[in-house]
Amino acid sequence: MQNHKYKIDDTLPGSNDNHQEQQNYFEYCLLNNYQHTFPLTDKPFAHIADDLHADTEIVINKMKELQDRGLISRIGAVFRPNTINASMLAAMAVPEESIDEVADIVNSYVEVNHNYEREHYFNLWFVLHAVDEEHIHVALDSMESRTGLKTLRLPIIDDFHIDLGFELQWKQ
Amino acid sequence: MPETTVNNIDRLIILATQAGLPVTREPYHDIALRTGLDQDTVMERMKMMLERGVIRRIGVVPNHYRLGYRANGMSVWDVRDDRIDELGKKIGALEYVSHCYHRPRYLPEWPYNLFAMVHGRDRESTEQHVKQIAGLLGDAARGYDILYSTRILKKTGLRI
Repeated sequence: MQNHKYKIDDTLPGSNDNHQEQQNYFEYCLLNNYQHTFPLTDKPFAHIADDLHADTEIVINKMKELQDRGLISRIGAVFRPNTINASMLAAMAVPEESIDEVADIVNSYVEVNHNYEREHYFNLWFVLHAVDEEHIHVALDSMESRTGLKTLRLPIIDDFHIDLGFELQWKQ
Repeated sequence: MPETTVNNIDRLIILATQAGLPVTREPYHDIALRTGLDQDTVMERMKMMLERGVIRRIGVVPNHYRLGYRANGMSVWDVRDDRIDELGKKIGALEYVSHCYHRPRYLPEWPYNLFAMVHGRDRESTEQHVKQIAGLLGDAARGYDILYSTRILKKTGLRI
């Protein structure tokens, strides 16, 4: 991943009417540049502020704002899956007319933390987490008996993701 | 393979940070206060978890969907078992792939054993990416599909 350098005076041509552009670029740098390298130091936001020639308070406030606007999900550690508990991807083929009803049942389980509708014969895809795999199977058995639908149970056999980062495109 | 076991101190830190670090001047100090540990311990244990691969990265986690990457396709592939390790690693290293897993097949209704989540701004760019994956897999892939999400029905922050 590239580290985009933010400098007030040389990022963009012109200088008077592009304050908004500079703000956008500042946001872009905060969103893009620290996906892998958020500092593990006493004052990480001060470190970022130095890097971007900005004030620490401005960086903190902007990061909070980006979180409030939903553009940042969170700032923190991304843990390897199944480190302190078990997870499983599961899918169901739900008749179109019962999708909301079945989704409500699935979502009522605390083990379920993601649930997506997808365009496919298997149209409901969700991820479950629990202390161990046995708990997950118990939850899935219970869902099957409540909905009358079979679940595909797709645990991770191997994780190939190397996580080189996801370079966001500047300019929408 | 990196060591994946964690001790009780690590567990405390994981539980206190899994929803994100506080956005404050001294977030690791705040985590220390929350867990009853001292800041040096928090930082040292996090550094060790990072080195061992328990923590993949510490960083800003952007919400790709909210940033305009609306065509997130789950591409699924039926890859020959004897090639999946070698090829899975190649696919997992692609920049536009955010997750890449080997999972079991459910025959006959589910023949796919490799899952690669592909991010694109629109279906056209996602399909370009998928074509590139098809090229890398060559005749080791006997079939594939792309499943686009049409609705998020539940999403909570905790993902360990």
